Amino acid sequence: MANKVADSISREEYFYGHKACAGCGGSLAVRAALKVLGQNAVSVLPAGCMSAVGFNFPQLCFSNNSIISTFAGTASMLTGVEAGLRARGYKDFTAVGFAGDGGTADIGIQALSGAIDRNDNIIYICYDNEAYMNTGIQKSGLTPFGAKTTTTPAGANIHGNIRPKKNMFEIAAAHDIPYAATASVGYLPDFIAKVQKASQIQGTKYIHVIAPCPTGWGVAPDATVDIAKEVVDCGLWYLAEYENGSFKLNHKPKEFTDVAAYLKKQGRFRHLTDEDIQMITASRDKKWDYINKNFEL
Amino acid sequence: MSRKFLSGNEAFAEGIRLARPQVISAYPITPQTIVVERLSEMVEDGSLSAEYVHVESEHSALSCAIGASAAGARAFTATSSQGLLYMAECLYYAAGGRFPIVMMNADRSTALPWNIYGDQRDSLSQLDSGWIQSYAENAQEALDLALMSYRIAEDSRVQTPYMANLDGFVLTHTYETVDIPTHEQADSFLPPYETDNRIDFDNPKNMAFSAGPDTNYIFKYKAHKGLLAAAEVITETEKEFADIFGRHYTGLTENYRTDDADYIIVTLGSIAGLCRETADKLRGQGIKAGVVRIRYMRPFPNEEIAAVLKNVKAYAVLEKDISFGNEGTVFTNVNSALKKAGADVRGYNFIGGLGGRNISAADIEKIYTDIANGTDAVNFIGIGGGNNGK
Amino acid sequence: MRPYVREKTGFTFEEVPENTCFEAGYLTTVNSGWRSIRPVINAAKCVGCEQCYLYCPDGVIAIQGGKAVIDYDFCKGCGICAKICKIGAIEMEAERK
Repeated sequence: MANKVADSISREEYFYGHKACAGCGGSLAVRAALKVLGQNAVSVLPAGCMSAVGFNFPQLCFSNNSIISTFAGTASMLTGVEAGLRARGYKDFTAVGFAGDGGTADIGIQALSGAIDRNDNIIYICYDNEAYMNTGIQKSGLTPFGAKTTTTPAGANIHGNIRPKKNMFEIAAAHDIPYAATASVGYLPDFIAKVQKASQIQGTKYIHVIAPCPTGWGVAPDATVDIAKEVVDCGLWYLAEYENGSFKLNHKPKEFTDVAAYLKKQGRFRHLTDEDIQMITASRDKKWDYINKNFEL
Repeated sequence: MSRKFLSGNEAFAEGIRLARPQVISAYPITPQTIVVERLSEMVEDGSLSAEYVHVESEHSALSCAIGASAAGARAFTATSSQGLLYMAECLYYAAGGRFPIVMMNADRSTALPWNIYGDQRDSLSQLDSGWIQSYAENAQEALDLALMSYRIAEDSRVQTPYMANLDGFVLTHTYETVDIPTHEQADSFLPPYETDNRIDFDNPKNMAFSAGPDTNYIFKYKAHKGLLAAAEVITETEKEFADIFGRHYTGLTENYRTDDADYIIVTLGSIAGLCRETADKLRGQGIKAGVVRIRYMRPFPNEEIAAVLKNVKAYAVLEKDISFGNEGTVFTNVNSALKKAGADVRGYNFIGGLGGRNISAADIEKIYTDIANGTDAVNFIGIGGGNNGK
Repeated sequence: MRPYVREKTGFTFEEVPENTCFEAGYLTTVNSGWRSIRPVINAAKCVGCEQCYLYCPDGVIAIQGGKAVIDYDFCKGCGICAKICKIGAIEMEAERK
């Protein structure tokens, strides 16, 4: 029985034997992307989950050329790797970065902005698990409103994180980047197609993929893919692209699934009140008004 | 060979051009900026073929250079002061990863208070980062060090990044007549960079990884040995440099009238010239004065310094640095060299030039007389004792 | 070919590399000890659709002879494969001690 998506990517495993938690969404995103890009991908990963679980000498889990960067330096090291290989005469390779939400939207945003500004020929993939998971679930700039983390406790006075996620996709797009996209490991074929597309485009590419962390989100290890699908289905995330100066929505749910159901499945949101959930639903609707107005379908 | 009237920055940029770096990451900061300006002009006019990357910070400047070095390319960047401190994380990273990047640092005061003028608190604060550190005295030496730096850093015994320090303004912006070698000469001296410490599509590598307690300190030990090995590589490199270019250098230190000296000033950088002039003047008055100029702070010239200082009546360490709460860092290093050699000699520390404050010939003459008569252990030129005991 | 566990897992002082650069995909330990439950393929039901292969975060599932097979050395027992299998060809069973 043929699986077109499986047939479109390498049969090799490039991220294998790693020590990520069972059911890790980030490792699924990295694995899938490398199976698209193949042997000549050069991966750059900053300090964070994927480097911590993949690079402990002598257990080295990337089968392709891979290197850890400084936490802030994913994009700048990608720039150097790409320039260095090109200067040495290599043409057939892809410099790809895999950074988490904190490594991208917080400490790494300056270097990322610089790389996009230079239009360096790199793919930057943000695997977004919505908190600093490697250090034990602390709030990042991409932690959603209401989420309980170890630095945004949920108490009687404050119900978890009080700020919404930064809009990294549109921040990247605002640089007039050649290609930017959102994705979710719950819609893996869509993510794979976007990595394939990015690999064919010259200049800087940014892909922002939701990659649940069962440990940090408070769901079972086997729920990763389902919850990553549900966040799209309930409208709190969306699958879109930015190309040639315009936004395009790839997937419009006919009807949103219940936001409360999505939230209540997760330990990090269990404390939310009806009022909190109403606020989250209202901000979703506002975002979709914007998407419907400004994104092509 | 040609001769040009160049500033220290421009001379260094000429040396880098001759070294044919493949990737240059550039970010401006006074008083380094002229280096990256000249290099951009060389790329524009075709006299230098390199990927010139306009990075958005010093952290990215060095991070980019590390990436390029990991790709097997010869990489260059330059910085100064706050920029050096901002990239500090990457300094350790480059050294631990054994990436033989060359970086010029224009020695400049560190904030606060803000100040753009020269002192050496920036680079001396980073002695522990694992880089080779040279201190040039003049523009010709700056150019020559730029060319020699890659030979030393890239040597398989060394594999260590190289920080070439030039005193801000006093050296970076002062013009001298400089001999510029030809590309043919330079190429015969400096071969292209070859390394196994790189991305390899035939035999893929995982790089810059973690290492647990069992092996981590072995990696650190080997990095330390690599930096130590630079000492003999510097000697070899200078010998070959002299054979090709006719200019002779003297390794980790440069001694002036030290053979029979009673009183010696140990210093580094561009102030050494004034120290030598003062020593000459005092010699004329019958005082046996000498000067040791430290050319390399890392690897540190322990034996060289002890050999010279062990027989003097007293020595001074004159430096544009203070480690707040203790003394000048060069003084600490020099004292350690003597202690290890079992020498018991009176030594005094003279701190001057901070924030670009002038050190005069009279100040230096007073250092010689002060150490002959005995003074505080730590002295601030023009202010007095540093309350660090006699 | 998948990366595999090497015979050489310890490194003496001399064998530790000079720099932080080493062979890619060099494995010295397995992950099987992490499991409390294990996926078991029902070969009679499996149609080889490869959805489990695609979604496995650890890449431990391959299709051989049209059926899914699992590398139990590296499977962590997360259970994503059993959930993604719409025809119920994968059961999670308690790990035998």
